[in-house]
Amino acid sequence: MAIKKIYDDIPGTIVFDSDQATKGYYLNQFCISLRQAPNRDAFKEDPEGYIDKFPMSPEQREAALTQNWNLLLELGGNIYYTSKLAAYHGINFQNLAGLMTGMGADYRDMMIAGGRKIDGNRYKSEWEDK
Amino acid sequence: MAYISSGVACSHVPALGVASDSGISGDDYYSPIFKGFEFSKEWIAKEKPDVIFLVYNDHCTAFDARVIPTFALGCAAEYTPADEGWGPRPVPVVKGHRELSAHIAQSLILDSFDMTIMNEMEVDHGLTVPLTMMFGQPDEWPCPVIPLAVNVVQYPVPLGSRCYALGKAIRTAIESYPDDLKVCVFGTGGMSHQLQHQRAGLINAEWDERFMNLLVNDPEKGANIEHIEYLREAGSEGIELVMWHVMRGALNENVEEVHRFYHVPASNTAVGHLILENR
Repeated sequence: MAIKKIYDDIPGTIVFDSDQATKGYYLNQFCISLRQAPNRDAFKEDPEGYIDKFPMSPEQREAALTQNWNLLLELGGNIYYTSKLAAYHGINFQNLAGLMTGMGADYRDMMIAGGRKIDGNRYKSEWEDK
Repeated sequence: MAYISSGVACSHVPALGVASDSGISGDDYYSPIFKGFEFSKEWIAKEKPDVIFLVYNDHCTAFDARVIPTFALGCAAEYTPADEGWGPRPVPVVKGHRELSAHIAQSLILDSFDMTIMNEMEVDHGLTVPLTMMFGQPDEWPCPVIPLAVNVVQYPVPLGSRCYALGKAIRTAIESYPDDLKVCVFGTGGMSHQLQHQRAGLINAEWDERFMNLLVNDPEKGANIEHIEYLREAGSEGIELVMWHVMRGALNENVEEVHRFYHVPASNTAVGHLILENR
C-alpha cells in the first residue's frame, strides 16, 4: 500500500519525500555539481552538453535550462539543490524566493514586515478563492 | 567524569555567516540580531565548555543525494569549513575530539542508535554559523567540537521523539567518559521558515514561541509534536527544529532558561536562540 501523504493539502509547498527524491535524483545531482568551479565552467561552455551527462527527464532538462524554479521542485528538485543552479545564475536565496512566489522585490519587504502570515496559508482549500 | 552543563539552541541562517564575514553585522538589518547574541558571547566566555557537542544539518555539502545518513557522528581530528559554492567561510578549522567521539559512537550503537561514523567530514554553515554567533571571530575556536549531522533535507526526517531519546543516550554516553570534561550541547536550525515554492517566506512567530516554551518546560510534549505540524505551521524547512530536541534530551528534565532571543527576519527565516543551564 502506498504511503499516505497527509501533507499534500498544504498550499504552495512540495514536500521533498522519498518519491520526489527518487524522481529528482539526477536533476538534483546536476544542480549540486555546480557547487564546484570546474563544473560551472563546463556548464557555461556547453550547457546542453554538460546537462546531458545527467540522465534526467526531458521535462526536468527543459525546466533546468529555462530556470522554471517551481516546476523544478514539482519534478523532484529540492530547494537546497536548485538554489545551487540559482547561485550559478547569480540569484541568491531571497531573490529566488521572490521568483518562486511571483512577488519579486516585494518579497524582501514582506519578510522585513514579519514574513508571510500563517492564517489563510495552512490548507490548499484556503487558497482556492485566490 | 565528563558531564553536560548546559545547552544552546540557535538558528544557523547562512546570511548571518555572510554578514559576519563581510563586516556588515553592525548595519541596520543585521545589528538587532547580533545584539541578541551579545549576552551569549559573555555567557559562553564564563561557561568555558571543554567540548561542544553540536547538532546540525548538512546542506548537500558533505552529503549530496548519493548518501543520506539520518544520524552521522563526527569522529575526525578536525573538520574543514566547506566551499558551498562561493568559497569556504574564512573561519578557523574546527578541531574535533576523537577519543570522546569514539566513546560516544560505541555507547550509542550499543544503546540501539545505529549511527553513521564520519572519520572525515567537511562542515558547512549549519555548523559554523552557530559558532560564529556564540564566539564572534576568534583566530581559533576556543574548544573542540563534536558534530552530529542529522538528515532534515529529505523527508521523512527523524521523529522529534527519536531525537529526544537520542539526546538522552548522548548524555549517558558522555557521563560514562572517564575524563573530567564539561560539555555544552548545541541544537541548531529553525525557527519557522519556508524557502521553497509559492508559500516561501512563511513565518509563524506565535508557533515558534509555543515551541520554545514547550522545549524548555515540557520537553516530552514538545518532542512528540508530529511532522505534519512542523510542515504546516512552521514551514517545510521549519521541520529542522527536530534537532533542538536532541539538545534538550541531553539536559536535565528541569533547566533554567538564562537567555532567550527571537527576531524576524534573517533573510527568509525567523531567528530563535535559547541558553539553558542544567538545574
